[in-house]
Amino acid sequence: MLQIKSIADKRGYYGEFGGAWIPEMLRPNIKELEAHYLGILNDPDFQKTFRNLLTEYTGRPTPLYFAERLSKQYQTNIWLKREDLNHTGAHKINNTIGQVLMAEHLGKKRIIAETGAGQHGVATATVCALRGLECVVHMGALDVERQAPNVARMKMLGATVVPATSGNKTLKDATNEALRDWINNPADTFYVIGSVVGPHPYPEIVTQLQSVISAEIAEQFKAKTGKSEPDYVMACVGGGSNAAGAFYHFLNTGVKLVGIEAAGKGLHTEEHAATINFGRTGILHGAKSLLIQTDDGQVVEPYSISAGLDYPGIGPLHAWLHQTGKAQFLGVDDQEALDAAVELTRLEGIIPALESAHAFAALKKLDFKKNDNVVINLSGRGDKDMATYLKALDLK
Amino acid sequence: MNKLDQLFKHKKQNLLSVYFTAGYPEQDDTVRVAAQLDKAGVDFIEIGFPFSDPVADGPVIQKSSKQALDNGMTVQRLFEQLETIQQLKIPRVLMGYINPVLQFGMEHFLEKCAETGVDGVILPDLPLEEYQMHYEGLFKKYGIHNILLISPETPDERIQEIARLSTLFIYLVSSNAITGSRLDTGAVVSYFERVKSLVGDQPVMAGFGIRDRATFADVCQYTNGAIIGSAFIKALEVSSTFEEAIDEFVESINSLEMYK
Repeated sequence: MLQIKSIADKRGYYGEFGGAWIPEMLRPNIKELEAHYLGILNDPDFQKTFRNLLTEYTGRPTPLYFAERLSKQYQTNIWLKREDLNHTGAHKINNTIGQVLMAEHLGKKRIIAETGAGQHGVATATVCALRGLECVVHMGALDVERQAPNVARMKMLGATVVPATSGNKTLKDATNEALRDWINNPADTFYVIGSVVGPHPYPEIVTQLQSVISAEIAEQFKAKTGKSEPDYVMACVGGGSNAAGAFYHFLNTGVKLVGIEAAGKGLHTEEHAATINFGRTGILHGAKSLLIQTDDGQVVEPYSISAGLDYPGIGPLHAWLHQTGKAQFLGVDDQEALDAAVELTRLEGIIPALESAHAFAALKKLDFKKNDNVVINLSGRGDKDMATYLKALDLK
Repeated sequence: MNKLDQLFKHKKQNLLSVYFTAGYPEQDDTVRVAAQLDKAGVDFIEIGFPFSDPVADGPVIQKSSKQALDNGMTVQRLFEQLETIQQLKIPRVLMGYINPVLQFGMEHFLEKCAETGVDGVILPDLPLEEYQMHYEGLFKKYGIHNILLISPETPDERIQEIARLSTLFIYLVSSNAITGSRLDTGAVVSYFERVKSLVGDQPVMAGFGIRDRATFADVCQYTNGAIIGSAFIKALEVSSTFEEAIDEFVESINSLEMYK
């Protein structure tokens, strides 16, 4: 069962990061959620339905797979947490099932979401179809063009995809539009946020819902090795939901936690999404966290070959883990991620999502011992990225 | 006593405030627009400094903010422009989002406000709780009003708390919506009346959705006045001669009877 123990303080802060920096117009929505989320998460009916859907519908528990050939390559023991085997192809559905059930508990009839690459949009649309709820997905107009297969999936699932034409027409603008939608429709609408970002209590809710990943890792690792915990847990970080989920049960242990962010065309260039390496404290989408921004406080559009990692901010939990040294954060560039994707595919027969490939590329950057046990959260599968892979790789 | 206090002391009804985006349509138009609004007889101006991600704003203001940013507008540049309009008698309020202010430094920002004749500040994403905990003392130190917003969904006790913390007027967001949304004045009457019954004589200004003489006159029955933003930005967009467009717009809102 989930262990519902808030990591954030009462005001929704992780150290100096977090909070709910929202206009008064959003306050009723946030207050309603804040008043009820712990009660709902701990409600036996909610737990029962949530658990049942995770098992019967998405296929949990996902395996903790010992990657033999990859382990040989890196002279250590590498385990893959196979979130790519979830229904809809990524960890995103753990969260959308939980939040949509939460919306039902609050009596909401209309679900809205933002999406970048479309994975969270598809996961939200899927659960809405399952539960018979109206679903509106805000997606940057540019992403609508770039991610046509996911747009088609959402439409087939019955969702309305609204292209965000403001700003740079990408994920952060889709998030702005979703927040605006919520301001305009406070009574009947629930906003399903896709990562551990946004105003409190969202980072906490998404972390709790995704913590099913680390709970399973802990249990499976012990069952398979007899040891109490692995040496490393690694995960890619955009907003940070799969990493938060993979880290959660290891936060107060000796496990080395490694987050990997997108270094795009290189940390020496301006085209990256390395929020922790280059961000400064700021406020975006209702939370205080690290943010890629100009000296004047304008948010800079980040870049990554992977649409799921190009968010200019990061969940406040991760900013705090970085500041306190509880986790280490590395940057991996586009080429390194592509190479790692090919390596995993050829060694293990698993085509990873481009986002997850970033986590694998970091294997080259760490100095493992022969007896170390390294768990990588394979957050999603690469089907959606085939066009990018084919274009970027010289595949004959 | 700052200019805004004097205004609210002497005028109790039909106060017209116009919002415009600093650095729009051209970077130095901040100064021209302010001077013309002063000349046209607006009671006070609300100058918006642009932010890349203005979640409480609708498409019209967001577009103007983006253009201002493309023009190279910054908070620093705004204060330089404000210095040049110090001689204008018209009271002025700055409106913007918290992140640019925090990067500039809250104390530095308020100090510059005081130096350049700014009377109040509206920061929609600075919540009451954060204000009380971290910044109330600084606003007092520099004599700058923090103008707080309430919406139709704000509960009674919170409206009273906001009224207690407000040092001048309260900003009534007319409907639960972003700026530039259409206002159904009939639907908000009970909200306005509820606010009035809770805050008594404390001045209230309505904003969001007020776009012409009719909507202005409607909300002024229940408030001390109103703030017009998106409709003004739209008027600037279609103007051929800038100063005339401003005069015409202000005249289209203010009717002579109101001043009798």
